[in-house]
Amino acid sequence: MSLILVQVIVGGLLLGAVYALFSSGLTLVWGMMNIVNFAHGDFVMLGMYVAFVVYTLMGGGPILGAPLATLVLATLGVIVYFGLIRDIMKGPMLAQILGTFGLALLLRYSVFWWFGANFQSLPQNIVGGTYAVAGLRIEASRLLAGVVALLVTLGLHLLLTRTSLGSKMLAVAEDATAAQLMGIRPDTMQAIAWAIAAGATGLAGALIANFFYIVPTVGETLGIVAFVTVSLGGFGSVPGALVAGLLIGVIESLSGYLIGAVYKDIVVYLLFLFFLWFRPQGLMGKM
Amino acid sequence: MRRLLWPSVFLALAIAYPLLLASPFQQRLGALVLLYAIAASAWNIVGGYAGQVSVGHVVFFGCGAYAAMGSYAKFGLSPLFGIPGGIVIAVALAAIIGVPTLRLSGHYFSMATIAVAETMRLIVTNTEWLGAAVGLSGPTVARNVFDLSFISSLPYYYLFLGVLVITLLITWWMTNSRMGFYLRAIKDSERAARSLGAPASRTKLYAFMLSAALTSVAGALYAMMVGFVDPESGLGILISVKILIMAALGGAGLLFGPVVGAAILVPLEEISNSWLGGKGAGLTFVVYGAIILLIARFQPGGILSLINRTVGKDRKPARAEGAGHAP
Repeated sequence: MSLILVQVIVGGLLLGAVYALFSSGLTLVWGMMNIVNFAHGDFVMLGMYVAFVVYTLMGGGPILGAPLATLVLATLGVIVYFGLIRDIMKGPMLAQILGTFGLALLLRYSVFWWFGANFQSLPQNIVGGTYAVAGLRIEASRLLAGVVALLVTLGLHLLLTRTSLGSKMLAVAEDATAAQLMGIRPDTMQAIAWAIAAGATGLAGALIANFFYIVPTVGETLGIVAFVTVSLGGFGSVPGALVAGLLIGVIESLSGYLIGAVYKDIVVYLLFLFFLWFRPQGLMGKM
Repeated sequence: MRRLLWPSVFLALAIAYPLLLASPFQQRLGALVLLYAIAASAWNIVGGYAGQVSVGHVVFFGCGAYAAMGSYAKFGLSPLFGIPGGIVIAVALAAIIGVPTLRLSGHYFSMATIAVAETMRLIVTNTEWLGAAVGLSGPTVARNVFDLSFISSLPYYYLFLGVLVITLLITWWMTNSRMGFYLRAIKDSERAARSLGAPASRTKLYAFMLSAALTSVAGALYAMMVGFVDPESGLGILISVKILIMAALGGAGLLFGPVVGAAILVPLEEISNSWLGGKGAGLTFVVYGAIILLIARFQPGGILSLINRTVGKDRKPARAEGAGHAP
């Protein structure tokens, strides 16, 4: 395989890890509460803008921006849960979709109104230069994003499967009433799930802000990426989201390199429709 | 016959409106209200009655708009000839989206519609033959009356009014046909409806295809009035948003809900745009987002269901009211 192809694949894997990170938030909420958050991509966008504001106001890099974005978004997640989701969850499908879709518009255009429609970006060398490893050139910002995202996604999986908090959350997902009889508060667990899901998007946003263009409408594209990842990985499955995220990152970079940059989104969307037709339960999901 | 009283009063008012308020701005505003009322009523068939929330309805709007402009720009025909072509493409596309997703839970359908709309926008933006990012233009000077290129908004107004009445009649006829009964049963409980033999997926698919066809007509009419179509005005996700919010605000699943929604929101947007200028664009959608969110949270049935409830008519409020029962 030629070196340039390896370079493209490595780049795809690093970006794919970030996709996996924010998609695992979507899959967590979907699996636990059967709610699809249409504002998920816009949460990532907010994370990017938090990093941007941290840089422009305080000159801070990702060391300050990433934790702050995680915190801000986790708080927003809890607010959204108590203010909106808790009520529309019990309502009809129309209310569920309209509610989160309305939230998406509200966030996207508030940012649009405040910051304008211009593309923003952080300075290229905010994290560090470019490393050359065995003939591959890897930007420090992408490496940082990929590695942190991978570790956090794995951590999220361990949290859900190996801790008592995780067991409680799964119990609520399985049967909220039964969990309540066992002394678990569904409300608290679901609020924690929203905090984790939104916090993951905040972190992911702050990580990709270091090398991605920042624009209010970026959430739309990223939101669809998250849907594709979740439907590919099977809903509710964090390992599924990880595998699917990495796969989509690679497919996107390869098609961008082989067919042309403008077609990389089209390839991913068509892949999504293909999966809806032939394997709606995803790669690892069960029907 | 009492049922016909209010609709005929409103129809008479609608016919008289451009004669009473005759400034170009008011006539144009009236025509736009009617146009969005057509599109929102078309959305209502699948979003309201069938309960399948399409968030990418603009793709059908775009089919109509591009077919109408394309038939002029590419073949030198009247834009009218594009309408049947637009309908065929829209219905085929609806089948491609609907067949796999309408079997699954409603979320998949909503996501697939977004993905298809975005895919189409990207493809069209990169297709030279369809004008790429610049789009296609209609006839600048009408060769004859069939080019439907008028300077005044008045002819469009009455054309749109006619199409709106037809759209509402089709919707009304649908709700009272076998299909309408199936749809109501499916919306109450799909499992129960299926077990009683109602062909759930197929009925939803038909509703989706009908809705796509009517939306494509709305798109063609819009392009004729504006005189051109480009990827943003024909396939941008914001058109979907407008269509959806109008139906939901007025009352999804109610015959006149979308008309009420359009009559409130179109003037609101036009007036806020002329006051705030270009800076208002972002703000308008902030307000739209907030409205959708509040409807979903507090009044999923829309404004008309609220009125029906307060007046205490015996008419059944929208099923969306069933909130509050924990599963």
